[in-house]
Amino acid sequence: MKTLTALATLAALGLVTAASAEIRLGATISETGPAAFLGDPEAKTLKMLVEKVNAAGGINGEEIALTLYDDGGDPNKARTFATRLVEDDEVDVIIGGTTTGTTMSIIPVAEDAEIPFISLAGAIEIIDPVREWVFKTPHTDRMACQKIFEDMQARGITKIGMISGTDGFGASMRTQCLDVVGDYGIEVLADESYGPTDADMTPQLTNIKNTAGVEAVLNPGFGQGPSVVTRNFQQLAVGLPLYQSHGVASKGFIDLAGPEAAEGVRLPGTALLIPDLLAADDPQKPVVEAYVAEYQAAYGEAPSTFGGYAHDAFAILMDALARAGSTEPAAIRDAIEATSGLAGTTGVVTMSPEDHLGFDLSAFRMLEINDGDWTLVE
Amino acid sequence: MDALMQFLLSGVTVGAVYALVALGFTIIYNASDVVNFAQGEFVMLGGMITVFTHMAGLPLPLAALIAVVGAAAVGVALNKLAIEPARGAPVVSLIIITIGASIFIRGVAQIVFDKQLHRFPAFSGDTPIRIMGATILPQSLWVLAGSVAVFAGLWALFTKTLTGRAVLATSNNRLAAQLVGINTNWVMTLSFALSAAIGALAGVLVTPITNVSYDVGIALALKGFAAAMLGGMGNPIGALVGGILLGLIEALTAGYVSSVYKDAAAFVVILIVLFAMPQGLFGRKSTDRV
Repeated sequence: MKTLTALATLAALGLVTAASAEIRLGATISETGPAAFLGDPEAKTLKMLVEKVNAAGGINGEEIALTLYDDGGDPNKARTFATRLVEDDEVDVIIGGTTTGTTMSIIPVAEDAEIPFISLAGAIEIIDPVREWVFKTPHTDRMACQKIFEDMQARGITKIGMISGTDGFGASMRTQCLDVVGDYGIEVLADESYGPTDADMTPQLTNIKNTAGVEAVLNPGFGQGPSVVTRNFQQLAVGLPLYQSHGVASKGFIDLAGPEAAEGVRLPGTALLIPDLLAADDPQKPVVEAYVAEYQAAYGEAPSTFGGYAHDAFAILMDALARAGSTEPAAIRDAIEATSGLAGTTGVVTMSPEDHLGFDLSAFRMLEINDGDWTLVE
Repeated sequence: MDALMQFLLSGVTVGAVYALVALGFTIIYNASDVVNFAQGEFVMLGGMITVFTHMAGLPLPLAALIAVVGAAAVGVALNKLAIEPARGAPVVSLIIITIGASIFIRGVAQIVFDKQLHRFPAFSGDTPIRIMGATILPQSLWVLAGSVAVFAGLWALFTKTLTGRAVLATSNNRLAAQLVGINTNWVMTLSFALSAAIGALAGVLVTPITNVSYDVGIALALKGFAAAMLGGMGNPIGALVGGILLGLIEALTAGYVSSVYKDAAAFVVILIVLFAMPQGLFGRKSTDRV
């Protein structure tokens, strides 16, 4: 008798869940751990946006139920949480994977369960080759390299020195840059590196400075390394153009390096950094302005590029849900792939079966730091 | 020649940071034979508390003072709440307790403060000082001066004062120290407070060079620990020389061999030294009377 009651209760519960129409969004993000400064704004952004959509009555009349786990930047944990999202929380879609490492461990889980997954990590491996169920929002590091080399080409620079971080981001971007640098007729004469927590890079920069013929220096890396490189660059009076990567595209970088040392530094950034400088008819302008204002109001600080990645992932999902007319994972997947002309903070996204990123180099803006603020390089 | 000079100055810059962190290890080690793996968190607290009190509007010297006192209070709390209740446990257990404490402090710091990188301006500006064609930032001299001052203070403490001798006596034999009237509990509390204060001072001095965030402690403590081992654990002169030496090896390897092998070269040298002189360069030989 007891078993019967229990079964009946279970059945009733199951019915209740199925009846209360809601879209179950799963997320595993590195809110803590070494990638916390990426994951923290991403998680904040997701929470803020979900709250906003639900307050406005949900999408297609259905509320969004967000299940968010903190994987601490650990790929093993990310995989465990992804499995839990699929099996226990029975989510319809997954957003997350703050780092390339965590993303790569979530992918097999999402593919096996046939649930759409929008990654927030940079590496090109995530969408090349295209995987049926996997999408991503940030630029690839290869695109950052291409944007930088395009700008160098325009300035007539043909010989450069590189100084890269040995962390995952720096190492990956260095490989990508070396891979495409030949296409732009640029030669890498010096190739130095530094540890992610090093306090002084003057020996490496001295070697680059003393290498005959170097016309510019490129520093792929994120975290504190690039700010130390920038300060040492000024200390040694190297006097060459310095390029940083999109990994440090935030106001925090200018503060850390100091406005004086950062003067003239160029880097590829997103529209999010420069809402005021965008043209009035720029499709990204209203999106970026709204996101900056909302985030500022909710958390009392300016959002970072990384928060923007989460914003775009959520925007793509909302756009897809509105068109899908169903909460079946397969229908959501098809709708995401059909995303067309959606303006996000990172770029204007148009996906296709061959392209699960959805924008090209033009989405990047080449920025130069002048007087402690960003300016657009035309 | 200019390049060599620059490598040397870079080595001194980095080495002074290592030395200052390494000095923090000596007192607790001398009092209890415990290597305090939460030492790096004291450095982090020094930097973070200074950043946040400075942002709140306090002048930098006052912010630094609050950071040093605050970190010392955390050090005392660590001793009272975690180390003292476990008194009588083997040294290895106490060391593991300090590792746990470091994880705890880091966790609290990322909630109380935030997860971003921070920096405050260098004390005497960022205009490089030119020495024989190479440059060094004024802040590096501050760190160097801080290391030497802390070293001198520790040397005087351990050789000239009764308190310092009480610390050494406690380390040598706690029971015997108690029998001759040394309040060993007080000695332990004092050594944690002093170690934490030195760590925080290091944090204040190095932040304009290295930046600070809640998780910088591990990396700094690891290098500081390596420097202290190289020079001889527990000996202030060992910490000073070990730190500078480690910095110089790294800078010269980065300059002349390859920046990829920088850390490896430093650790190979440490291994060779410890293989030949297990007590480190200046460590005292431990002799046990049977």
